[in-house]
Amino acid sequence: MSIELALDPYLIRSDFPIFNRTVRDNKRLIYLDNGATSQKPEVVIEAEANFYRNTNAAVHRGAHHLAEEATEAYEEARDSVSEFLGAKPSEVIFTKNATEAINLLAYAFTNAESGNRFHLTPQDRIVVTEMEHHANLIPWQQLAKRSGAHLGWFCVDDEGRLDLSDIDSIITESTKIVALTHQSNVLGTINPLGAIIARAHQVGAIVVLDACQSVPHMEVDVASLGVDFLAFSGHKTLGPTGVGVLWGRSELLEDLPPFLFGGSMIETVTMTGATWAAPPTRFEAGVPNMAQAVGLSTALKYLSNVGMRNIHAHEMKLTERLLDALNEKKSVTIFGPKNLEMRGGVVSFAVEGIHPHDLGQFLDSHGIAVRTGHHCAWPLNRKLGVVATTRASFYLYNTDADVDELVIGINAAEKYFGTI
Amino acid sequence: MQLDNLYQEVILDHYKHPEHKGLLQEFDVQVHHVNPSCGDELTLNLSLKDGHLILGWDGVGCAISMASASIMASLLTGKGINESQPILDAFVALMQSKGAQSGDEEVLEDAVAFAGVSQFPARIKCALLAWMAYKDASIQIRK
Ligand SMILES: Cc1ncc(COP(=O)(O)O)c(C=O)c1O
Repeated sequence: MSIELALDPYLIRSDFPIFNRTVRDNKRLIYLDNGATSQKPEVVIEAEANFYRNTNAAVHRGAHHLAEEATEAYEEARDSVSEFLGAKPSEVIFTKNATEAINLLAYAFTNAESGNRFHLTPQDRIVVTEMEHHANLIPWQQLAKRSGAHLGWFCVDDEGRLDLSDIDSIITESTKIVALTHQSNVLGTINPLGAIIARAHQVGAIVVLDACQSVPHMEVDVASLGVDFLAFSGHKTLGPTGVGVLWGRSELLEDLPPFLFGGSMIETVTMTGATWAAPPTRFEAGVPNMAQAVGLSTALKYLSNVGMRNIHAHEMKLTERLLDALNEKKSVTIFGPKNLEMRGGVVSFAVEGIHPHDLGQFLDSHGIAVRTGHHCAWPLNRKLGVVATTRASFYLYNTDADVDELVIGINAAEKYFGTI
Repeated sequence: MQLDNLYQEVILDHYKHPEHKGLLQEFDVQVHHVNPSCGDELTLNLSLKDGHLILGWDGVGCAISMASASIMASLLTGKGINESQPILDAFVALMQSKGAQSGDEEVLEDAVAFAGVSQFPARIKCALLAWMAYKDASIQIRK
């Protein structure tokens, strides 16, 4: 166990080479688009490069020295992911990203034959929420289409929280899947999982958690959460692109049919058929993303060293600073929780009279990177009654100065576009 | 400042005081275009009277996409359908010029203000939203 010292974002920034560069005519880079992807510390870049430099070979396939070392590195990466999540290594499946992880699961349902617990029929029901990222909505829409199952959802209230008042009529006796996000990538809302998991398990449904916005930013322990499957992306977690994780409870993975077929995922093969390897190998067809898995493992160790509680506390300080400043401005509307309760470091807002695209462009000319648009959550935007929003999302390397620059930038944009 | 290349005075004027905004009572063609990367939406009405185009539009979007719709509608209203083609072609070419062209004012009039947009790859689609809707509508009206 490492001792958790309070987080100094300036020390942390020195670990991230990207902060040595400037943007748009020598402006300091103020990176507030962490909800989309995170920057990478030098150790992660090195770990990925070093795998190629020193260890590169196809894992699980060969008796030679390099194959052995590569396999060891890849399986060690699996161990560190499982340790980070409080899971067993055999429960950790490497995918390309969270999108692929969720699709893997949705297609595995389709591949389940009658008699398998994952087999769906038109009598079954899948439940999602109105605040899902497209990655945790469309795969379930499509599964509902393929299987004939009914798709239902929880609505979002005016404060940007899930409306659980009809929980029993939304998660019905026939519900087989409840898929929801841990933290909204638009509103910052952290969803209360307890009641939902309890009801889902009461009716025998499995709970799938999109943890893209939580695993990078707070302590997530699958054992105490009580969900059945969980997905996150490495690239939002200081890790490389091209690697994500699907975690599933072992007893469920045992029965889950594969999604992708090919090399590595089999037990025996004849000309007419095949049987499947045990999890997690069953779900990792083909030569996997070894260097990226190793990079992700290094990223998770980096995060653990800083301490996930420290990171969350730091981000909440920044969020409070921004909310305080924006709440003062009459021209700004904040979407989502206006206080710090059950929310993370993601703040979406609108500035009266300035379209988010124009605001984003203006802020960019000050070196400030924010996200503008519908954030891949089009139904939620419709519910909020906006075409697009501007989003600032924090991470461990952001500073109070970053927040202040953003607020100064918004004020300057209002002058520039003549709205005040 | 580079930003002023993008937000020319004319563009901000049209954004604040859009022209030909509002759908037509009667029209020959109606098209609806969206920019899926940002959610901007535009509905364009087109009608032909005695060989002259009448345009009406409505939409939600950024200063660039809305000003572009306004300037395009002013520019094309009253023109013949064949006359509009070289204007459309000139605008598309300007957007693809990566900042190398300043645009022919004889052909594009106020629309040359968008020359700066071609230096901002992420915004070209905004400027083209209305023009692509017009392209679509003009093909339909010819049928
Ligand atoms: C909540 C949420 N779910 C899913 C995703 C999809 O992640 P990826 O594109 O890495 O698969 C994202 C990323 O934007 C997200 O924020």
